[in-house]
Amino acid sequence: MNRRKLLKVLPWITTPALLIVLFVVWEVTVKALGISTLILPPPSLVFEQLGQTLGEPTTWTNVRVTVTEIVLGFLAGTAAGVLVGVILGKLPLLEASVRPLIIALEVIPKVALIPLFVIWFGFGMTTKVVIAGLLAFFPVMLNVLLGVRSVDRGHRDVMQSINASRWQTFRHLEYKSMMPHVFAGMETAIVLAVIGTIVGEYLGGNEGLGYMVVKTLNELNAPALFAVILMLATVGLIMYFIVTSFKRVAIPWHESVYGRKDVG
Amino acid sequence: MHMQPTVDTRPVDPIVAPPAEIRISGLEKVYKTERGATHALSDINLEIRKEEFVSLIGRSGCGKTTLLRIMAGLVPPTSGDIEIGGRALWHGESVDSSVIRKLGVVFQDSNLFPWYDIEDNIALPLRLRGVKKAARRARARELAELVGLADFLGNYPRELSGGMRQRAAIARALSDNPELLLMDEPFGALDAMTREKMNLEIQRIALATRATVVFVTHDIDEAVALGDRVVHLTPRPGRIKDIVTVPMDRPRGVEIKQDPGFHELVGNLYASLNEEGDHES
Repeated sequence: MNRRKLLKVLPWITTPALLIVLFVVWEVTVKALGISTLILPPPSLVFEQLGQTLGEPTTWTNVRVTVTEIVLGFLAGTAAGVLVGVILGKLPLLEASVRPLIIALEVIPKVALIPLFVIWFGFGMTTKVVIAGLLAFFPVMLNVLLGVRSVDRGHRDVMQSINASRWQTFRHLEYKSMMPHVFAGMETAIVLAVIGTIVGEYLGGNEGLGYMVVKTLNELNAPALFAVILMLATVGLIMYFIVTSFKRVAIPWHESVYGRKDVG
Repeated sequence: MHMQPTVDTRPVDPIVAPPAEIRISGLEKVYKTERGATHALSDINLEIRKEEFVSLIGRSGCGKTTLLRIMAGLVPPTSGDIEIGGRALWHGESVDSSVIRKLGVVFQDSNLFPWYDIEDNIALPLRLRGVKKAARRARARELAELVGLADFLGNYPRELSGGMRQRAAIARALSDNPELLLMDEPFGALDAMTREKMNLEIQRIALATRATVVFVTHDIDEAVALGDRVVHLTPRPGRIKDIVTVPMDRPRGVEIKQDPGFHELVGNLYASLNEEGDHES
């Protein structure tokens, strides 16, 4: 097998192997040291509890709520991020005048605003969608802003030399060269949207996986807590996977997709 | 591909358009910068006949690229006129788009779009003109054959070598039947062997398409081997120092480099360029 193939296949072998090693070490350590299941339940117990939790219909309602909040927040944040990013990218004067404000907004720990959103939007899904959207907005907006500005000069010359209209230049050049930046922003945005949703659920409401974390914590049910955390991790991974798969389809020509030249 | 001692003169393509006639008069270009003004081009006067191949040569900073970019409609001149086929290219700061349509431009970098395959890259100018997909395909194939890329229409630019990418860029410039082909050091980034081969190719292509060609280079051999005339520009401000006629018939094969007449022309130009002294910036 050549090096290039090996590099592609290797993670599919090592990742499950490492996980198995982790679980074994965890199980053995807990048993050997006699750690209380209240502090660190062994994986066998966690998986048993996970099976039980997945069997309850309320679990799936909570999953649906959380996924809906993440997706809506992510989509809204991305759409707003692209729109604002394009506008600010195209209008440097406007961008310069609002830049301090944007930096200030970006630096604010946005989860600190959740109590405010609870007051404004209540304990329902709206609050979580808003916080997820707000967190998703910034990476997309900043990447798009950069993307709009970094169109290759030589490519612009080509469009000008073939007498392209503004719309044609946007469609065949600016839009295309912006897409890798949009996806770079989206990859960060989906992770942040998940975080925003979960923290939102911690702080308000009685639905969603974040709420289940709080509930199991209050019951001091450590195995169930671990089980919910595993579910959250899985949801996050699936979301991220969907975004990167979408990227592979949308910009197969980009080097972040086809791999760097110097590999192999 | 086909490396031959002489240039292939087969009529490859029935691309026939009435060739342009170019008249440049009193052209000036001043760049205003924060530290003052740079006189990039001064009093450029030049007439180019139909189907002529003109090489523009000079040291870096002599304004040869600026002149080409003004001719390509990319940079407006400060004053003076350019007429192509009897029509003014520039009206103040704006270009006449009907004149732009007669031009094909090849840059030092191929500037192919990485998101389109070779076929779509070659046919992009046609797409912008609203040419239907089937006609675009046919034309892209025709041009790919002309430049020796027929087997690579479905490939992406990153899968091609530098020389092949530059061939694709030439095909793109030719797609809308330009009467005037403007080339800005198109082979400057290629290795010597590929460059030699491309020099033969471009002569064949120029004859097949009957296009008038303005070819910017800093390579004296290349300028003389390709051009009917060699226009020598000197820097600060950029002006025409000399116009040398190359009396040999085109196309010219690699054997021209053994010709004593060729050596004399190259030697004279070399001396002339050296007279400028070594005040490289």
